[in-house]
Amino acid sequence: MATDEQLALTRALSGDGGLGVEESTLVSIIGKWRKKPEHISSFRKSFNRLFSITGHIEKCEDDHMQKLVMEFSRFHQITVLWAMHPHERDARWANQVIHKNHPSSILVEIASTRSAEELLGARRAYQTLFHHSLEEDVAYQVKDSKSKLLVGLVSAYRYEGQKVDNDVAKSEVKALHNALKTAGANKIIENDEVVRILTTRSKPHLKAVFKYYKELHGKYLEEDLSGDALLQQTVLCLDSPASYFSQVINSAFKEGANHAETEGLSRVMVSRSDVDIEEIKEAYAKLYGAKLADVISKKTRGYFRDSLLSLAGESKA
Amino acid sequence: MATLSIPNPVPSAIEDAEKLRKAFQGWGTDEKAMIAVLSHRDAAQRKQIKIAYEEQYKEKLLKRIESEISGHFERAVYRWIFDPVERQAIMANIAIKNNVVDFPVIIEIACVNSSNELLAVKQVYQSLYKHSMEEDVASHTTGDFRKLLFALVGTYRYDGEEINTELAKTEAKILNDAITKGEYNSDEIIRILSTRSKAQLHATFNCYKDAHNLSITKALSTKSPNDFVIALRAAIRCRTTPTKYFEKVLRNILQKSGMDEDTLTRVIVMHAEKDLKEIKELFQTRANMTLEQAVAKKTSGDYENFLLALIGN
Repeated sequence: MATDEQLALTRALSGDGGLGVEESTLVSIIGKWRKKPEHISSFRKSFNRLFSITGHIEKCEDDHMQKLVMEFSRFHQITVLWAMHPHERDARWANQVIHKNHPSSILVEIASTRSAEELLGARRAYQTLFHHSLEEDVAYQVKDSKSKLLVGLVSAYRYEGQKVDNDVAKSEVKALHNALKTAGANKIIENDEVVRILTTRSKPHLKAVFKYYKELHGKYLEEDLSGDALLQQTVLCLDSPASYFSQVINSAFKEGANHAETEGLSRVMVSRSDVDIEEIKEAYAKLYGAKLADVISKKTRGYFRDSLLSLAGESKA
Repeated sequence: MATLSIPNPVPSAIEDAEKLRKAFQGWGTDEKAMIAVLSHRDAAQRKQIKIAYEEQYKEKLLKRIESEISGHFERAVYRWIFDPVERQAIMANIAIKNNVVDFPVIIEIACVNSSNELLAVKQVYQSLYKHSMEEDVASHTTGDFRKLLFALVGTYRYDGEEINTELAKTEAKILNDAITKGEYNSDEIIRILSTRSKAQLHATFNCYKDAHNLSITKALSTKSPNDFVIALRAAIRCRTTPTKYFEKVLRNILQKSGMDEDTLTRVIVMHAEKDLKEIKELFQTRANMTLEQAVAKKTSGDYENFLLALIGN
């Protein structure tokens, strides 16, 4: 029969049901079991995900060790990211997309949700770190249909004033609608007018375009873009970053979330903590009917959980 | 180096404003007095003169100038008064809003400036016109021109000196493949030209020349080049050998028949406080006459006097 400590230790080391590890539990059990090696020995015999009897020892399983490293390092990773200059963070994430095959969605996220000056700062940091411009690396490495959109997005230095020409916005609604009608489903991402409008227009202008689109056509532009996830994401990032970030956070908590999805949680919390975390909490509550702080408390552990709550502006549960 | 010459000591901004006011008063305008002041002051001094004039006489200096003089002379003085950054933003906007986008202006501004200089122009452009330069370039062009101009204007290029020789060889080959197929508007040509650093581009073009015994601009010369190929060659020249490019532009205007005052004004005004000296020197070796002589031959009146004052002696 498993003791309380064995259950707690299993939970702490299994990576089940939560991200991160319960450091304090581990520390206390280490203390409790001092000079009682029979306890940890008995634990090894029972916890066969991490240990399997091989020869005269219960050997550590490599796979699970890797997983553990990941879980233990979530706090480490989030702390280092938090300490870094925001521009360096963005530059490194962008570089991982280009050179480590991380999802392009991260590049879209950075390029579309940062302000013009922040994106420029990220590009400068990229040059300092990697001795190339971000634009040249994206253009060189991305040769498929995404290229036009991605290069356009990372090159953007948008006007940030509020002034919007409504006539131009309405005519661009027409242009977008025409492009959607005439282009094939998988060609829309390469359409000149779609790329031009999404990558060069100011955000207030685009919000007006998206608004008029719904008024004129009865559907949100994202719905009509449902054939292309990256374009949909671009529109969402430009129109309502808080909703977009809520979705990224939510993906991290779902059953069977993959590595990229769980990393999204850290990325979003660190990069938005000083920017728009309040709006994200609101959007999250609207979208998922739950308080972000509650979900974090339930689904993450230890120092990782505590740091997320701090980044969210919440005190420890 | 600049050809602009400034007297030492230089009069105060108030004195200069008074001189200009005197030049405007009475019947007609004393253009010589105007030229004597404006063409011998640097950007900071011109700005102070503007401020002093406005404070003293309660009217905008530029508005007054526009009403006093006209034609090519007026256009030249108008463009000259601004500091280089604002000037380029204004000229870019004029070029974009033209019936047909005046692509050489955009190409020159996008390709000759360093990344940070171009950024400064874009920032001023935004504050003046409430649009980004990129969005205006993109919305006023289509097809291949949009591809090229947007890429040239939009990229915040790395300005470092590192060169990757392997990459240079590879990209020289990519360029060659596109050129031999006659695909001048290829995405790869535009990508390489608009995103690579100046140093890397030099290396690539040198590899090209070594491999094919032909410079890339010569390779892009066709018997009847269309505007796009002309634009491509201008971009290549502006990115790698701007002095030669501007010298050739001047020589084309001044030694061929016909006249293009707008371009002449643009080159002189945009380079007088930058590198007109080098352009002048090159011109002299290639044209067998000084730039001053060539300008004097093809222009006249106040316009000529103004240009000559900027070109310096």
